[in-house]
Amino acid sequence: MFDKMHIKMNVNGEDHEFLAEPRDLLIYALREKLNITGPHVGCDTSHCGACTVTVDGKSVKSCTMFVAQANGAEITTVEGIGQPDALHVLQESFREHHGLQCGFCTPGMITRATKLLEENANPTEEEVRFGMAGNICRCTGYQNIVKSILAAASELNSAKEAAQ
Amino acid sequence: MIPAAFDYYRPKDVEGVIALLQEHGDDARVMAGGHSLIPMMKLRMAEVPHLIDLQDIAALKGITIDGDTITIGAMVTQHELINHDGLSAAAPILSEAALQIADPQVRYMGTVGGNIANGDPGNDMPGLMQCLDAQIELLGPEGTRKVAAREYYEAAYMTDREDDEVLISVRFAAPTGGYSYEKQKRKIGDYATAAAAVQITKAEGRVATASIAMTNLSDVPVWSEDAGDALVGTTCDAEAMKAAVAAMLGDIDPTEDNRGPVAFKRHVAGIILTRAITRAWDRA
Repeated sequence: MFDKMHIKMNVNGEDHEFLAEPRDLLIYALREKLNITGPHVGCDTSHCGACTVTVDGKSVKSCTMFVAQANGAEITTVEGIGQPDALHVLQESFREHHGLQCGFCTPGMITRATKLLEENANPTEEEVRFGMAGNICRCTGYQNIVKSILAAASELNSAKEAAQ
Repeated sequence: MIPAAFDYYRPKDVEGVIALLQEHGDDARVMAGGHSLIPMMKLRMAEVPHLIDLQDIAALKGITIDGDTITIGAMVTQHELINHDGLSAAAPILSEAALQIADPQVRYMGTVGGNIANGDPGNDMPGLMQCLDAQIELLGPEGTRKVAAREYYEAAYMTDREDDEVLISVRFAAPTGGYSYEKQKRKIGDYATAAAAVQITKAEGRVATASIAMTNLSDVPVWSEDAGDALVGTTCDAEAMKAAVAAMLGDIDPTEDNRGPVAFKRHVAGIILTRAITRAWDRA
């Protein structure tokens, strides 16, 4: 009864295979089995968004997904978005505009914001606030997070225009 | 928080789901997006020895608009509902309501079917489906049957669905006239303190038809026939709206919780319904 499952998933472009109990939550599988510790455990109740990752193109709170549900999925965590020596435009922008203080919520913010800008490359301030409503930050008061995302959007758009 | 252990199944078709439900009885539960069930399992308020994930069943995923009949598969997510062009034109009240559910991440996973089937009084789709007079389609070992959304809810988390049945779709006539889904909540992600779904049609400057349903103001969603009737034939003036609110207040039965005492909830219900009627009438 309650056998372990053979789980396969692609995380940040790399294939992984491991055994897990179906009830293991995706966040713990990522952090403890794969040692991918960018996604954080904040509230563990699908409110705070610190555990946000992208699963098959959807922004997902990985504390509210069983690893069994993500079997066969393609997953992107903050580690797949930028690297310390090659930051993503959003990460640069968070640094530039003081979009973080303690940094605990930032991996979720960046992961969610990447998806937001993918779906809406030119958001208004209101759209950014609405699109980031599932991510909670206790330091910044959000002003600088919104500023960071808007600035990143405009930088990504200018880069796109320049490339054309 | 770690839920109790379970065996996990991901059948490819609905027949596979029914077979599992028959085999395991009430030890089995189907899971759509899981954003109601997983939190309950983590809190150990729900123990599910056999968990049946519906994510691979393509037949539950479509939105069909056939003439004026709209069918939404159980596994359509709130995110898909909001971003479906045809649906936003044919029944804009759906996206207006869905945009007020939870937050973006939850809307990517949360489904229409799960929201309707779960029977949580706080869910928004049940009241909305009652407002639209939707038919809920259930599949069981004997085949499918339809139940009116207005007849589906028996008590909190108790519905007309049998243990070996699965909700596969919801169907309704494309609404006409003006619409509004108005919701008061304390914060993003919270359930409603009070919410109202309103559809109004207009003829010669007067209300021709009106359908009104309320969310989270009783242990089931409340379709208030009397509230709708109070508007019909009027010019939807202040007096008519007052009569509709009075009729609605006769049908709801809120209980005190951390969203406030009963008197406050009744007060909010009246304000929310007045706003919803005003907006629906403006759009009619």
